[in-house]
Amino acid sequence: MIQHGLQTPRDLDRQTVPPDGRPLAEQPKWRRDFPIDWAQDEYVSRRDLVKFICLTSVAFVAGQFWIAARSLLGRPGAAFPTVAVATVDELPVGGAKTFSYPDEESAPRLLVRTGERSFVAYDQQCTHLLCPIVPARRPDVSVAAAEGGLQLHCPCHNGWFDIETGQPIAGPPRRPLARVTLEVRGRTVYATGIEEAAT
Amino acid sequence: MSERPHFVRSQRMTIVNGILVFVVLIVVLQLWLLTATMNAYLGGDTDIVWAAALASLGCLGLNVGLLWYLYRLE
Repeated sequence: MIQHGLQTPRDLDRQTVPPDGRPLAEQPKWRRDFPIDWAQDEYVSRRDLVKFICLTSVAFVAGQFWIAARSLLGRPGAAFPTVAVATVDELPVGGAKTFSYPDEESAPRLLVRTGERSFVAYDQQCTHLLCPIVPARRPDVSVAAAEGGLQLHCPCHNGWFDIETGQPIAGPPRRPLARVTLEVRGRTVYATGIEEAAT
Repeated sequence: MSERPHFVRSQRMTIVNGILVFVVLIVVLQLWLLTATMNAYLGGDTDIVWAAALASLGCLGLNVGLLWYLYRLE
């Protein structure tokens, strides 16, 4: 029923306002029988939306602290085994060989002989889209670094990495390759650990 | 002790809409913060993760404060 003689805005708050704003007496019977205060309904739904977004905010904070906790707990300096991966005579200078480290189930690594007694090894998967990398010379640049300008090349999207550091130097990759630390004892090359790439 | 504010419904509707805009902006900021932090963490940079977590916590505090104000309007 419509109420007349209401004076204050607070009294107006107590009115049931149909969605078209016309008085309740002009509404169809079904709406008069079941009046819904649309203005109040809208207000409550907006307030509940704010509440729901605040829950999303809680989830984001939880995610942030999960990352922070992982940064404390992660990278525990796991003990890597020492594994013989090649002999010195097995590879010519500039030659390469793939191996799995620290075990046979691990991701493939690439060993490259860069000099008479110098070797480097990295993840064989490009940090862009995981294509296998290969040692190659850049045709467009006269690079004097390393052995005769040898670099690591990802042929999928023409990405290049510095063979001495694993840092990306050209193409789409933005992160460096993880490095496998090596030791040469006698005529054998051993893998001794993995250095996570630092940007 | 301060009295609770008395607003009519139309005024409260304006307030809740304004607060909704602020809360959405803050949550978008938190989303960006989370994305940037994850990107840095996966790239091996852990220097900023705690600062980012505290900044996100500050954003949550702001959101909760706004929500608390909204419930206080009733």
